[in-house]
Order: sequence, then C-alpha cells, then structure tokens
Amino acid sequence: MRHKRCGWYFNSRILIFPVSILSLIFILGYCHFPEAQEETFDILLRSEETPAPPGPPAVHDTPYDSGESITIQWELSSDDGAGKNHVTGYDILRSETRDGEYQLISSVTKGVKEYVDTSTKDKVDYYYRVRARASEFFADSSPSEAVQSKQQWYNPERSNLLAIAVILSFFIILYISRAKRGKKLFIRRIAGLEAVDEAVGRATEMGKPILYVPGIQDLDDVQTVAGITILGSLAKTIAKYDTKLDVPVSRSMVLAAARETVKQSYLSAGRPDAYSDDIVHYVTDEQFGYVAFLDGTMVRNKPAACFYLGSFFAESLILAETGNSIGAIQVAGTAQPAQLPFFVAACDYTLIGEELFAASAYLSKEPRALGSLKGADAGKVIALMFIGLGVTLETLRVLTGSPAIAKASDFIIRLVSLRF
Amino acid sequence: MSVVEKLGNVDRRIIFLLIALAVIIPLVFNISFMEHPSPIVQTIFDKIESLPNGSKILLPFDYGPSTAPELEPMATAVTRHCCKKNHKMYIMALWPTGQAQALRVIEDVIEEEFPEKVYGTDYVHLGYKAGGYGLINTILADLKKMYTTDAEGTHIDEIGMMSDVQNLRDFAFICNFSAGFPGLKEWVQFAGDPGDIPVAGGTTAVSAPLLYPYYPRQMLGLMGGLKGAAEYEAALVHGYPEYEKVYQRAIAIMGPQAIAHLVIIIFIIIGNITFFIEKKRAKKSD
Amino acid sequence: MRRRIPIIITFIVGTALIMAMFIPHTPFSSLDENLSVYFDIIAVFAFILGGGNLLRVHLEKIQKKKRDWQFSIVTVVGFLFMLIIGFFKVGGPPGLSGDFLAEGSWFRFMFEAVFNPLQATMFSLLAFFVASAAYRAFRAKTKEATILLIAAFIILVGRTPIGHYFTSWLPKQLDFLHVPTLASWIMGWPNTAGQRAIMIGIALGVIATSLRIILGIERPYLGAEK
Repeated sequence: MRHKRCGWYFNSRILIFPVSILSLIFILGYCHFPEAQEETFDILLRSEETPAPPGPPAVHDTPYDSGESITIQWELSSDDGAGKNHVTGYDILRSETRDGEYQLISSVTKGVKEYVDTSTKDKVDYYYRVRARASEFFADSSPSEAVQSKQQWYNPERSNLLAIAVILSFFIILYISRAKRGKKLFIRRIAGLEAVDEAVGRATEMGKPILYVPGIQDLDDVQTVAGITILGSLAKTIAKYDTKLDVPVSRSMVLAAARETVKQSYLSAGRPDAYSDDIVHYVTDEQFGYVAFLDGTMVRNKPAACFYLGSFFAESLILAETGNSIGAIQVAGTAQPAQLPFFVAACDYTLIGEELFAASAYLSKEPRALGSLKGADAGKVIALMFIGLGVTLETLRVLTGSPAIAKASDFIIRLVSLRF
Repeated sequence: MSVVEKLGNVDRRIIFLLIALAVIIPLVFNISFMEHPSPIVQTIFDKIESLPNGSKILLPFDYGPSTAPELEPMATAVTRHCCKKNHKMYIMALWPTGQAQALRVIEDVIEEEFPEKVYGTDYVHLGYKAGGYGLINTILADLKKMYTTDAEGTHIDEIGMMSDVQNLRDFAFICNFSAGFPGLKEWVQFAGDPGDIPVAGGTTAVSAPLLYPYYPRQMLGLMGGLKGAAEYEAALVHGYPEYEKVYQRAIAIMGPQAIAHLVIIIFIIIGNITFFIEKKRAKKSD
Repeated sequence: MRRRIPIIITFIVGTALIMAMFIPHTPFSSLDENLSVYFDIIAVFAFILGGGNLLRVHLEKIQKKKRDWQFSIVTVVGFLFMLIIGFFKVGGPPGLSGDFLAEGSWFRFMFEAVFNPLQATMFSLLAFFVASAAYRAFRAKTKEATILLIAAFIILVGRTPIGHYFTSWLPKQLDFLHVPTLASWIMGWPNTAGQRAIMIGIALGVIATSLRIILGIERPYLGAEK
C-alpha cells in the first residue's frame, strides 16, 4: 500500500510540473492565443483581399465656374474591372493639410474615375486621397498636390453663345434703329391676326361676349407676356366696339398684369366707363380646374369669339373642341409645338410658334417692334446657313470618307454646340 | 338628309358614345395584346439594367392625378425595376401634385412588393419643392441648399443615403415622369446637358412628339404615353420572367386604347368616303 | 416717373441676367437662382391677390344673385374648406409644420377621393375630343391634308399593338414597311425636322420679344403701350 502510495506520490510529483506548465501555457494561450491567431489570420486575409490602391489623384480647380468646386480624377485600381475585379467603389477623402486627418466627403461606385467636390471654400488649400473599397478592405492612394478653388470672371466655353447673342442683338437693334428712322419694313400677312377684327365685329353683331385666355403659365413665361401684349391691342378694339370681354386667368400675377393692360387699353380707347375690374378675374392655378371653368363658361355664356393666346398643354384640344361645339370663331396661338396640331385641327386660325411673338408688333404696327422682327429674321438666315453647311459637310463626309471633311464637320459641330 | 350626309356629319355625341364603348367593353372583357419594346424604350430598360447594383437614381414625379393613368404605370414599372436591381432611389417632385403621386408608387411598389427595402437606405422621398427649372438649376450645383428635409420633415443629414449626395452630378441616371412644364424637357436642358448626366423618362402621348428632337443625343430614351409604359412593362417581363404572372397595368389598358384607335380610324375612313361621294355628287350636279 | 422706374429696373435686371450667362463670378453666378427664388416669393404673395379676387367675384355673384349664382356657392365653400383643412392639417399630425398629405389627414382624403377622380375625368375628355376632332379634320381635301391623313393613319395604327400584328407577316427585307417601324420613322424624322424648325423660330421669337421687353419697347407689365 505504502509502496503504492509512495509510488503514486512519486508519480504525481513528476506529473505536477509538466501539468502545471501545460496549464499555464493553456491559460496564457486561452487569454492571448486566440487574439494572436486572429491577428495573424487578419493580416493574411488583408494581404489577399485588400484591393490595389488607385493612382494618385490629379486635382484641379473646376474651370469656368463660380468657385467652390474642385475636380478630382484618378486612375482606377488595378482590381477594378481587371485583376481580382472585386473593387466595389471609391471613397473620396479630403484634408486641409497633407499629412493631417483625411475626412470622407463622398463615395462613388466602381468604374468611376472622376468626382467634382462642390463643398470646398475658395482660396483654401485642399489635399485629396482616393480609397478603393472591396467589402471591408480598402487601400488609399497617396495624397494629391495642394489645390484651391476659385471663381472665374469669364466662361470661354460659352464664347459661341456670346457671339450668337451679340450678332443677333446687333441685327435686332440695327433694324429697330432703321425702323425708328422711318424705313418701311415689310411684314407678311398673318391670317390669324387679320381675323381679330372679324371676330370682334362678329361678337358685336351677335351681342355676345369675347373670351380671352392668356395661357396657363405664369408671367415668367414669354408666351404669357406675348398673350397679354396681344390682349392689350385686342382690348382697345373691343372697347371701341363696346363688346363684352371676359378674361379668366389662372395665375395671380397674370391677373395683376392683365388687369392693368386691359385698363390702359380702355383708357387709351377713350372708354374708361366701359372698364370694370371684373373683366379680368382669377379662377385657379390648377390646370384642369381652370379648364373646367372655361368649358363651363363657354357652354353657358356661348361667347361669339374665343382667343387662346399663350402657353397651353393638354387642355388645348378640350378648349378648342368646346369652342367649336358652340360655334365660336376661334383664334389660337402658342409656342408649345406639341399643342399646335390640336389648335390647327379645331380652331379657325392658329398662330404657329413665332407668329405669337410677332403678333404684338403686327397688331400695334409700332416701327421699333416691327424692326425687332426683322432682326430675328436675320438670326434665321444665320441658322439656315449653319444648317446648310452642316448638312453638306456631313453628307460629303459619308460619301467621300475624307478625314479633312470630317475634321471640318466636327469643327462646325463644336462651333455651334452650346455648353450650359 | 341622305345617309351619306348623315355619315358625313355624325353627331359628336354618337362619336363620344362609341369611344366610351370602345374603352369600356375591352376593359370589362379584359382584352389585351402582347407588347414589343421599341428601341427608344428598350434603351431606358438597358440603362437601368446595366448600372451597377446600388447606383443612385433620381426619380422626379412631375405629374398630377389627371395624367396618372398614363404615367403611373411607367413610374411603377421603372420603380419596380430599380428595386429589382437594388438601386438607390431618390424620389422628388417639381409639381405640387407630384408628391402625392410619388407616395402612391412608394406605397404600392416599394413598401408592398419590396418590404425589405429600408427608407433612408434604399429609397428616400424628398417631396415637392417649388421653383421649376430654377430648382433644377440650383440643385445641379447644390442639392442640399434646396432640400434641407425630406417629405416628412426629417433633416437631410439624418438620412443615410443622402450623406454622399452633393448635387445632381452624383446621380448615375435621372428618370423623369412628366406631364408638361416643368418636366422632361427641363430635366434635359437644365440637368442632363449642363451636368452631363444621363436623362430619360416618360411623358404623356400628347407631349411625346415635342421630345423626339432630344433623342438620342441629349435624352437617352423616351416612354411616350401608355404605349411607352406598356413597352417598358414588356421589357421588364422579358428581363424578369417572374413578372409574367403579375398584373401589368399598361399592357392591360393598351387593349382599350387599341380598340379606341380603331374606332377613330373607322370614323376617319367614313368621313373621307362621304367626303369623296359628296364631292363627286357636287361635280355631277355642276 | 411711374413708368420710367420699372423700365429702368427691367433693363438693368435683364442685362445683368444676360451677362450672368457668361460671368460665373459672384454676384452674377447666383443671380438667376436668387431671382427665381424672389419670383416664387412674389408669386406666393400674389396668390393672396388671386384668392381674394376669387372670393370677391363669387361672393358678389351670390349676394347679387347673378346668373348661375348657385355654382359660386360650391366654389366658395370648396375653396374655404380645402384652405382650412390644408392650413390646419385637420386629421393629420399635430402642429402647423407637419405634412398636409399625411396618412389620415382630411386633405389627403379630399385629394384622393375628390381631386384625383375629377382631374382624371377632365383629362380623359381628351379621348373623346381627339375622336371628334380627328373625324372632322382628317379629310383628304388637299394634297397636304392627304399627307397629314396618311401620317395620322400610320401613327394611330402604329401606336397600338394591332399595328404590330398588321404587318408582322412581311418578310425581313420589307421590314421598313412594318407599321410600327413606319410610325417610329415618322415620329423620329419628319416630326423631328418640323419640331426643330418650329423650335428655332420660337427661340428667335423669344429672343426678339425679350429684347423688346429689356429695351422697353414692349411693356405689358405696365399695362399696354405708352
């Protein structure tokens, strides 16, 4: 027993040391080994999954702008679209010092190699880094050069637009001054405007009112302005004939302008007594609410003449067909090309596009206004010249395949392409 | 009055009645036809399809209830496609009535069909802002200047997916649904052209001819009216066959439209036949 | 003086806006944007003018029992009702700054139950009017009208699925005669050519009109000519 006990005792003493060592290693290992193992694993994973960094970003102040904008361009990571092809996007990082802390300002998707930073302050140095991302792994480019954003005083990209504006204005002002000096200017007959007197006369004979609709847009639309100008001329004639005029409008600002215009027209026609504030009245801004009112007015009051001159959309045909159904003489005009076919189909006379803008000059016969029409015609000649030149060069390019003609054609395209 | 004269001057109420029947009967009997996407619509589908998952897409809803029957089906189809492709959708409106229209699509498509989509991460509704093309002009340079909150009043900085959006140039694609002004034309002129951002969209059939001059250089594609919407739905069904059994609204409504077109054609033919008979009679009597 | 000051303001603002197209530097850079905002602000205040006018005209009509005065009651009640439920967000989230279209709000209910169907009804009138206008207008009275008629015919058929079946039997070599192809061709070429010509004319017309306004030759905002 003793022997056995001694033996056990002996044996256990021998075992205590290695077990203690092993336990110590195990305890220490338990505390530290997993972390060490994870770290090693992470390093391995990163080296495999970390994408190649993008090339150093090329930065410059965005040209011809109002400042506060820097353009950043970079070479794609070699793992974007090639290599491991696992790049998911890029982060754009910015700092005010080269070695300072870089802040994330935006992210873009893979394949994109340009970003315009519009959150900069002018005259401040900025440094950029681009970070390629692949899931949770990433790689940063080296920092860019310092760059500042600033405002420019002239946008040379719009030089062609400036040239067009100057040439057009020159011709318009030239013809206005010629007209002022008394030179007679020819203006072709516009049937729709010739019919104005006929329409007013008819309404007077029948003792029925005249409905005038200046479009459904606000005063910031030139078509509305043209519509109100024509209303001015028309109201003068109506005042002379002593016919009832009804001008429902769909915008509050149009209400103020149209009311003032009609008032002035009645005054200049010597009929202030015939004027009433109720001639021009507001209905609603809502497109189809306005149309419902106009349709109701037409069906109930049966005006002898209806004028639709301004900006119109889907309501054009609804108005024109209702007007047609009550047998009114209808004159329409709009610069909305999509609505012109409807007016042409359902109205007696239609002012097509630019005729609407020419109408006020045509009706007033004011020499300076007529001069401006002539000036716009000069613009048309210039446009036609460029269209002819472009068509000829493109045709020749296709027929001959000549690089010289292709170059000339491209030049013309660049020359007339406007950049906004 | 002879039969010819009567046919030459059919009362408009009879025309209205026949048009109503041409619309109602196919709707009741569910008459529909297969659609084939034309290139001008297919390009829009291909653009959304080819963009990498998670791309930022701006969806301006510039229409009201009046034009919703024409425009909502295309808005639904495009939104559905964006959801399928996991694109980030930024919804806004230049029309006051557009906000409510957008809400309908959000509720019917995003929330109902894709409940896993998270507001603020996958889609955001920026709501209506006044200003028309002026607003487009402004947000081309700085979006957050005009949009300080979303439609529900949450501050823009609290919305995750807005953190990396500075201006319109940050969007990979703008797909607008518009019924007039301001609409697709303004998005092309004030965002697409100056910002070099791909723009496409859908519009009412009436406005479609006006936009053709911008295709394909300035405008990527165009869905013209219900026909355009039906073609997009057809492209979606072709690309994602799981939608074959899902009700496609535009394709379904194209049936009545086709029949109504036929009725109009018949009336035009009748009008011309009577016109020629009357002309011949007048010549004879001369 | 009352006329001269607005003309001077118009000239200065118009010229500055044209210059802003070419000068990206402040203050020109933000001129267009700022003036758009000013326009919106003025438009909002002008709405009071419009709303006031609407109320005045219709209340007067009701008071004097003019013709169809009963319709005016509907207008006034409808206007005030929508204004109140929209302004006070009745049924919606508490407070004045909440979303007026929020779930459960009266405004949203009215929008969806009344406004939506009314708008759709008005727009759908187009379908009927297109039919009656086409029947009356598309008659081959002249050569031009005949071309218009043929084009309309092709578009009408080509814009429906029927158009596809109509000529789907054509061999591939004659694909250009396929009705949808012809419809697309008409839309893409003759239509575009015509649209562009009209648009160029319109653009020049807009420039001429704008110059007339800037130079004070045309001044509708002052009420007709001098």
